[in-house]
Amino acid sequence: MAGSSSLNRFYLILLVIAVGGGGLLYWQVRRNVPSISPDVVVTVADTAGFSGYYLGDASAPVVITEYADYQCGFCQQFDMVQFPDIVRQLVETGKARWRYRDFPLNMHPFAWMAAHSAACADDQGRYWEQHAAIYQGTDKWSRESEPSGTFRDYAKRNGLDVKAYDECMMSSKFAGRIKASYDEGAAAGVSGTPTFFINGRLYSGNSTSDGFKRIVDSLTSMSTVTP
Amino acid sequence: MKFRMGVAALSLTGLLISAYLWMFKHGYIGALACGSGECATVQLSEYSSFLGVDVALLGALAYAALLGLAMLGLQPGWLDRQEPTRAMLLLSAGGVLFAAYLTGLELFVIHAICRWCVASAVIIVLILVLTLLDRRRVARH
Repeated sequence: MAGSSSLNRFYLILLVIAVGGGGLLYWQVRRNVPSISPDVVVTVADTAGFSGYYLGDASAPVVITEYADYQCGFCQQFDMVQFPDIVRQLVETGKARWRYRDFPLNMHPFAWMAAHSAACADDQGRYWEQHAAIYQGTDKWSRESEPSGTFRDYAKRNGLDVKAYDECMMSSKFAGRIKASYDEGAAAGVSGTPTFFINGRLYSGNSTSDGFKRIVDSLTSMSTVTP
Repeated sequence: MKFRMGVAALSLTGLLISAYLWMFKHGYIGALACGSGECATVQLSEYSSFLGVDVALLGALAYAALLGLAMLGLQPGWLDRQEPTRAMLLLSAGGVLFAAYLTGLELFVIHAICRWCVASAVIIVLILVLTLLDRRRVARH
Protein backbone atom coordinates (compact mmCIF):
# COMPACT_ATOMS: atom_id res chain seq x y z
CA MET A 1 0.00 0.00 0.00
CA ALA A 2 2.82 2.34 1.02
CA GLY A 3 4.65 1.35 -2.17
CA SER A 4 1.62 2.17 -4.28
CA SER A 5 1.21 5.58 -2.65
CA SER A 6 4.86 6.51 -3.13
CA LEU A 7 4.63 5.31 -6.73
CA ASN A 8 1.64 7.59 -7.27
CA ARG A 9 3.55 10.50 -5.77
CA PHE A 10 6.47 9.67 -8.04
CA TYR A 11 4.26 9.65 -11.15
CA LEU A 12 2.86 13.01 -10.08
CA ILE A 13 6.39 14.48 -9.76
CA LEU A 14 7.27 13.06 -13.18
CA LEU A 15 4.13 14.62 -14.64
CA VAL A 16 4.97 18.00 -13.11
CA ILE A 17 8.50 17.87 -14.59
CA ALA A 18 7.16 16.82 -18.00
CA VAL A 19 4.40 19.43 -18.13
CA GLY A 20 6.54 22.20 -16.63
CA GLY A 21 9.56 21.51 -18.83
CA GLY A 22 7.48 20.89 -21.93
CA GLY A 23 5.54 24.09 -21.26
CA LEU A 24 8.78 26.09 -20.97
CA LEU A 25 10.04 24.63 -24.24
CA TYR A 26 6.75 25.49 -25.94
CA TRP A 27 6.92 29.04 -24.55
CA GLN A 28 10.49 29.40 -25.85
CA VAL A 29 9.39 28.36 -29.32
CA ARG A 30 6.35 30.62 -29.32
CA ARG A 31 7.82 33.81 -27.84
CA ASN A 32 8.84 35.09 -31.25
CA VAL A 33 12.52 35.69 -30.78
CA PRO A 34 14.32 35.56 -34.11
CA SER A 35 16.57 32.60 -34.61
CA ILE A 36 19.27 32.72 -37.26
CA SER A 37 20.86 29.31 -37.45
CA PRO A 38 24.14 28.61 -39.23
CA ASP A 39 22.70 25.17 -40.03
CA VAL A 40 21.20 26.30 -43.30
CA VAL A 41 21.35 24.87 -46.80
CA VAL A 42 22.33 27.47 -49.39
CA THR A 43 20.03 27.57 -52.42
CA VAL A 44 20.59 29.26 -55.78
CA ALA A 45 17.98 31.87 -54.82
CA ASP A 46 20.08 32.88 -51.81
CA THR A 47 22.84 34.29 -53.96
CA ALA A 48 21.00 35.22 -57.17
CA GLY A 49 21.95 38.80 -58.05
CA PHE A 50 23.75 39.33 -54.78
CA SER A 51 27.51 39.46 -54.35
CA GLY A 52 27.87 41.62 -51.25
CA TYR A 53 27.00 45.02 -49.84
CA TYR A 54 28.57 47.75 -51.94
CA LEU A 55 29.50 51.32 -51.17
CA GLY A 56 30.78 53.63 -53.88
CA ASP A 57 30.84 54.12 -57.60
CA ALA A 58 30.34 50.95 -59.64
CA SER A 59 32.92 52.23 -62.15
CA ALA A 60 35.64 52.75 -59.53
CA PRO A 61 38.91 51.17 -60.72
CA VAL A 62 39.55 49.34 -57.46
CA VAL A 63 37.21 47.08 -55.52
CA ILE A 64 38.12 46.35 -51.91
CA THR A 65 36.34 43.37 -50.39
CA GLU A 66 36.14 43.01 -46.65
CA TYR A 67 35.17 39.74 -44.95
CA ALA A 68 34.11 40.59 -41.43
CA ASP A 69 32.16 39.53 -38.39
CA TYR A 70 30.03 41.99 -36.42
CA GLN A 71 31.06 40.47 -33.12
CA CYS A 72 34.79 40.59 -33.83
CA GLY A 73 36.65 43.27 -31.88
CA PHE A 74 39.20 43.93 -34.65
CA CYS A 75 36.39 44.35 -37.19
CA GLN A 76 34.63 46.79 -34.90
CA GLN A 77 37.81 48.76 -34.36
CA PHE A 78 38.47 48.83 -38.10
CA ASP A 79 34.92 49.91 -38.87
CA MET A 80 34.89 52.69 -36.33
CA VAL A 81 38.42 54.02 -36.68
CA GLN A 82 39.65 53.35 -40.22
CA PHE A 83 36.54 52.89 -42.31
CA PRO A 84 35.17 56.47 -42.08
CA ASP A 85 38.53 57.80 -43.40
CA ILE A 86 38.60 55.17 -46.14
CA VAL A 87 35.11 56.18 -47.24
CA ARG A 88 36.08 59.83 -47.29
CA GLN A 89 39.44 59.38 -49.01
CA LEU A 90 38.78 56.52 -51.41
CA VAL A 91 35.08 55.73 -51.79
CA GLU A 92 33.61 59.21 -52.01
CA THR A 93 36.36 60.30 -54.38
CA GLY A 94 35.49 57.45 -56.75
CA LYS A 95 38.90 55.79 -56.41
CA ALA A 96 37.59 52.62 -54.83
CA ARG A 97 34.40 50.74 -54.26
CA TRP A 98 33.89 48.93 -50.96
CA ARG A 99 32.33 45.47 -50.82
CA TYR A 100 31.35 44.00 -47.49
CA ARG A 101 30.92 40.24 -47.06
CA ASP A 102 29.69 38.48 -43.96
CA PHE A 103 32.03 36.01 -42.32
CA PRO A 104 30.37 35.24 -38.99
CA LEU A 105 32.65 33.06 -36.89
CA ASN A 106 31.08 30.24 -34.90
CA MET A 107 32.86 31.43 -31.77
CA HIS A 108 30.67 34.55 -31.82
CA PRO A 109 27.15 33.54 -30.87
CA PHE A 110 25.35 36.68 -32.08
CA ALA A 111 27.36 37.35 -35.24
CA TRP A 112 24.77 35.55 -37.38
CA MET A 113 21.89 37.50 -35.91
CA ALA A 114 23.78 40.77 -36.36
CA ALA A 115 24.55 39.94 -40.00
CA HIS A 116 20.90 39.05 -40.56
CA SER A 117 19.75 42.28 -38.93
CA ALA A 118 21.94 44.23 -41.37
CA ALA A 119 20.58 42.15 -44.27
CA CYS A 120 17.02 43.00 -43.23
CA ALA A 121 17.99 46.67 -43.17
CA ASP A 122 19.41 46.24 -46.67
CA ASP A 123 15.99 44.95 -47.68
CA GLN A 124 14.73 48.45 -46.91
CA GLY A 125 17.71 50.27 -48.44
CA ARG A 126 19.30 51.14 -45.07
CA TYR A 127 22.15 48.64 -44.94
CA TRP A 128 25.06 50.95 -44.15
CA GLU A 129 23.16 52.79 -41.41
CA GLN A 130 22.36 49.51 -39.66
CA HIS A 131 25.90 48.22 -40.31
CA ALA A 132 27.35 51.28 -38.54
CA ALA A 133 24.88 51.09 -35.65
CA ILE A 134 25.63 47.40 -35.05
CA TYR A 135 29.38 47.97 -35.00
CA GLN A 136 29.02 50.99 -32.73
CA GLY A 137 27.04 48.87 -30.30
CA THR A 138 29.12 45.67 -30.37
CA ASP A 139 30.40 46.21 -26.83
CA LYS A 140 26.82 46.49 -25.57
CA TRP A 141 24.90 43.80 -27.45
CA SER A 142 27.62 41.17 -27.34
CA ARG A 143 27.22 41.12 -23.54
CA GLU A 144 23.47 40.63 -23.69
CA SER A 145 21.88 37.22 -23.34
CA GLU A 146 19.58 37.90 -26.30
CA PRO A 147 20.38 40.95 -28.44
CA SER A 148 17.53 40.89 -31.00
CA GLY A 149 15.76 43.74 -29.15
CA THR A 150 18.87 45.92 -29.38
CA PHE A 151 19.16 45.30 -33.13
CA ARG A 152 15.48 46.15 -33.44
CA ASP A 153 16.12 49.45 -31.60
CA TYR A 154 18.85 50.27 -34.11
CA ALA A 155 16.45 49.47 -36.95
CA LYS A 156 13.86 51.78 -35.45
CA ARG A 157 16.43 54.54 -34.95
CA ASN A 158 17.56 54.16 -38.54
CA GLY A 159 14.03 54.77 -39.79
CA LEU A 160 13.21 51.23 -40.89
CA ASP A 161 9.65 49.97 -41.14
CA VAL A 162 9.81 47.96 -37.90
CA LYS A 163 6.95 45.63 -38.80
CA ALA A 164 8.66 44.64 -42.05
CA TYR A 165 11.97 44.36 -40.20
CA ASP A 166 10.42 42.03 -37.60
CA GLU A 167 8.91 39.86 -40.34
CA CYS A 168 12.26 39.71 -42.08
CA MET A 169 14.07 38.70 -38.88
CA MET A 170 11.50 36.06 -37.97
CA SER A 171 11.63 34.56 -41.46
CA SER A 172 15.46 34.24 -41.28
CA LYS A 173 15.27 34.55 -45.05
CA PHE A 174 18.83 35.82 -45.42
CA ALA A 175 20.50 33.02 -43.45
CA GLY A 176 21.34 31.23 -46.72
CA ARG A 177 22.87 34.40 -48.15
CA ILE A 178 25.06 34.81 -45.05
CA LYS A 179 26.11 31.17 -45.24
CA ALA A 180 26.96 31.59 -48.93
CA SER A 181 29.09 34.61 -48.08
CA TYR A 182 30.87 32.63 -45.37
CA ASP A 183 31.44 29.67 -47.70
CA GLU A 184 32.79 31.96 -50.41
CA GLY A 185 35.21 33.52 -47.93
CA ALA A 186 36.34 30.16 -46.62
CA ALA A 187 36.92 28.94 -50.20
CA ALA A 188 38.98 32.08 -50.89
CA GLY A 189 41.20 31.34 -47.89
CA VAL A 190 39.63 33.57 -45.25
CA SER A 191 40.28 32.17 -41.80
CA GLY A 192 40.04 35.21 -39.57
CA THR A 193 38.41 38.59 -39.59
CA PRO A 194 38.70 41.15 -40.93
CA THR A 195 40.29 39.89 -44.16
CA PHE A 196 40.62 42.10 -47.21
CA PHE A 197 40.91 41.48 -50.92
CA ILE A 198 41.88 44.21 -53.35
CA ASN A 199 40.68 43.61 -56.89
CA GLY A 200 40.26 39.97 -55.96
CA ARG A 201 43.71 39.47 -54.47
CA LEU A 202 44.32 38.86 -50.81
CA TYR A 203 45.65 41.97 -49.12
CA SER A 204 47.80 41.28 -46.13
CA GLY A 205 49.26 44.75 -45.77
CA ASN A 206 48.52 47.48 -43.30
CA SER A 207 44.76 47.68 -42.77
CA THR A 208 44.68 51.36 -41.98
CA SER A 209 43.21 54.10 -44.12
CA ASP A 210 46.76 55.16 -45.05
CA GLY A 211 47.65 51.59 -46.01
CA PHE A 212 44.62 51.27 -48.27
CA LYS A 213 45.18 54.72 -49.74
CA ARG A 214 48.76 53.81 -50.66
CA ILE A 215 47.78 50.64 -52.45
CA VAL A 216 44.78 52.17 -54.19
CA ASP A 217 46.89 55.13 -55.36
CA SER A 218 49.51 52.73 -56.61
CA LEU A 219 46.94 50.63 -58.50
CA THR A 220 45.20 53.63 -60.02
CA SER A 221 48.49 55.18 -61.15
CA MET A 222 49.46 51.85 -62.75
CA SER A 223 46.16 51.69 -64.61
CA THR A 224 46.67 55.28 -65.80
CA VAL A 225 50.16 54.50 -67.14
CA THR A 226 49.32 51.10 -68.61
CA PRO A 227 47.93 51.48 -72.16
CA MET B 1 12.65 1.61 -5.70
CA LYS B 2 13.50 5.20 -4.71
CA PHE B 3 16.83 5.03 -6.56
CA ARG B 4 15.12 4.09 -9.81
CA MET B 5 12.54 6.82 -9.23
CA GLY B 6 15.40 9.30 -8.83
CA VAL B 7 17.02 8.05 -12.04
CA ALA B 8 13.71 8.45 -13.89
CA ALA B 9 13.11 12.00 -12.63
CA LEU B 10 16.69 13.07 -13.40
CA SER B 11 16.59 11.43 -16.83
CA LEU B 12 13.42 13.30 -17.73
CA THR B 13 15.06 16.57 -16.65
CA GLY B 14 18.15 15.73 -18.71
CA LEU B 15 15.96 14.85 -21.68
CA LEU B 16 14.25 18.25 -21.52
CA ILE B 17 17.61 20.07 -21.29
CA SER B 18 18.97 18.12 -24.27
CA ALA B 19 15.80 18.87 -26.26
CA TYR B 20 16.18 22.56 -25.41
CA LEU B 21 19.79 22.64 -26.65
CA TRP B 22 18.93 20.66 -29.79
CA MET B 23 16.01 22.99 -30.58
CA PHE B 24 18.30 26.00 -30.22
CA LYS B 25 20.91 24.53 -32.54
CA HIS B 26 18.34 23.88 -35.21
CA GLY B 27 16.77 27.32 -35.02
CA TYR B 28 13.51 26.51 -33.23
CA ILE B 29 14.48 28.76 -30.32
CA GLY B 30 15.90 32.25 -30.76
CA ALA B 31 18.35 32.43 -27.89
CA LEU B 32 19.35 30.30 -24.97
CA ALA B 33 18.53 31.50 -21.47
CA CYS B 34 22.11 31.47 -20.36
CA GLY B 35 23.03 34.80 -18.78
CA SER B 36 25.78 35.26 -21.37
CA GLY B 37 26.45 34.18 -24.92
CA GLU B 38 28.65 31.28 -23.85
CA CYS B 39 25.97 28.60 -24.20
CA ALA B 40 25.43 29.63 -27.81
CA THR B 41 29.20 29.67 -28.41
CA VAL B 42 29.41 26.07 -27.24
CA GLN B 43 26.28 24.94 -29.08
CA LEU B 44 27.35 26.51 -32.36
CA SER B 45 30.93 25.30 -32.16
CA GLU B 46 32.23 22.44 -34.27
CA TYR B 47 32.31 20.33 -31.11
CA SER B 48 28.52 20.37 -30.80
CA SER B 49 28.54 17.36 -33.13
CA PHE B 50 30.16 14.01 -32.42
CA LEU B 51 30.81 11.70 -35.37
CA GLY B 52 28.30 13.73 -37.37
CA VAL B 53 25.53 13.48 -34.79
CA ASP B 54 24.43 16.43 -32.63
CA VAL B 55 25.72 16.02 -29.08
CA ALA B 56 22.37 17.33 -27.80
CA LEU B 57 20.58 14.60 -29.77
CA LEU B 58 22.92 11.95 -28.36
CA GLY B 59 22.15 13.28 -24.89
CA ALA B 60 18.41 13.20 -25.53
CA LEU B 61 18.59 9.60 -26.77
CA ALA B 62 20.69 8.50 -23.79
CA TYR B 63 18.35 10.19 -21.28
CA ALA B 64 15.31 8.72 -23.05
CA ALA B 65 16.88 5.26 -22.78
CA LEU B 66 17.71 5.80 -19.08
CA LEU B 67 14.16 7.00 -18.45
CA GLY B 68 12.76 3.94 -20.20
CA LEU B 69 15.02 1.57 -18.24
CA ALA B 70 14.18 3.22 -14.90
CA MET B 71 10.45 3.03 -15.67
CA LEU B 72 10.82 -0.62 -16.66
CA GLY B 73 12.64 -1.26 -13.40
CA LEU B 74 9.71 0.18 -11.47
CA GLN B 75 7.18 -2.24 -12.97
CA PRO B 76 5.89 -5.12 -10.80
CA GLY B 77 8.07 -8.15 -11.37
CA TRP B 78 11.07 -6.03 -12.35
CA LEU B 79 11.72 -4.23 -9.05
CA ASP B 80 14.49 -6.57 -7.89
CA ARG B 81 15.81 -7.64 -11.29
CA GLN B 82 19.37 -6.72 -12.15
CA GLU B 83 19.02 -6.18 -15.91
CA PRO B 84 17.65 -2.60 -15.81
CA THR B 85 20.33 -1.60 -13.28
CA ARG B 86 23.12 -3.14 -15.36
CA ALA B 87 21.93 -1.33 -18.49
CA MET B 88 21.55 1.96 -16.59
CA LEU B 89 25.04 1.52 -15.15
CA LEU B 90 26.51 0.99 -18.60
CA LEU B 91 24.72 4.02 -20.05
CA SER B 92 25.36 6.38 -17.14
CA ALA B 93 29.05 5.42 -16.84
CA GLY B 94 29.45 6.08 -20.58
CA GLY B 95 27.52 9.31 -20.12
CA VAL B 96 29.80 10.49 -17.31
CA LEU B 97 32.89 9.82 -19.43
CA PHE B 98 31.38 11.65 -22.38
CA ALA B 99 30.33 14.58 -20.14
CA ALA B 100 33.90 14.77 -18.79
CA TYR B 101 35.22 14.89 -22.37
CA LEU B 102 32.74 17.64 -23.29
CA THR B 103 33.52 19.67 -20.16
CA GLY B 104 37.21 19.39 -21.01
CA LEU B 105 36.49 20.75 -24.48
CA GLU B 106 34.55 23.66 -23.00
CA LEU B 107 37.31 24.54 -20.54
CA PHE B 108 40.41 24.02 -22.64
CA VAL B 109 39.43 24.20 -26.31
CA ILE B 110 36.29 26.31 -26.74
CA HIS B 111 37.03 28.46 -23.68
CA ALA B 112 33.34 28.93 -22.95
CA ILE B 113 31.13 27.28 -20.38
CA CYS B 114 27.55 26.36 -21.19
CA ARG B 115 25.53 26.29 -17.97
CA TRP B 116 23.02 23.89 -19.46
CA CYS B 117 25.84 21.50 -20.33
CA VAL B 118 27.15 21.75 -16.77
CA ALA B 119 23.63 21.00 -15.49
CA SER B 120 23.49 17.96 -17.76
CA ALA B 121 26.92 16.80 -16.54
CA VAL B 122 25.77 17.07 -12.91
CA ILE B 123 22.59 15.12 -13.75
CA ILE B 124 24.44 12.25 -15.39
CA VAL B 125 26.84 12.03 -12.41
CA LEU B 126 23.86 11.89 -10.01
CA ILE B 127 22.26 9.20 -12.18
CA LEU B 128 25.46 7.15 -11.98
CA VAL B 129 25.55 7.52 -8.19
CA LEU B 130 21.89 6.46 -7.86
CA THR B 131 22.47 3.53 -10.20
CA LEU B 132 25.44 2.35 -8.09
CA LEU B 133 23.27 2.54 -4.99
CA ASP B 134 20.55 0.61 -6.80
CA ARG B 135 23.06 -2.05 -7.81
CA ARG B 136 23.99 -2.51 -4.16
CA ARG B 137 20.30 -2.79 -3.24
CA VAL B 138 19.56 -5.34 -5.98
CA ALA B 139 22.64 -7.41 -5.07
CA ARG B 140 21.33 -7.81 -1.52
CA HIS B 141 18.21 -9.56 -2.81
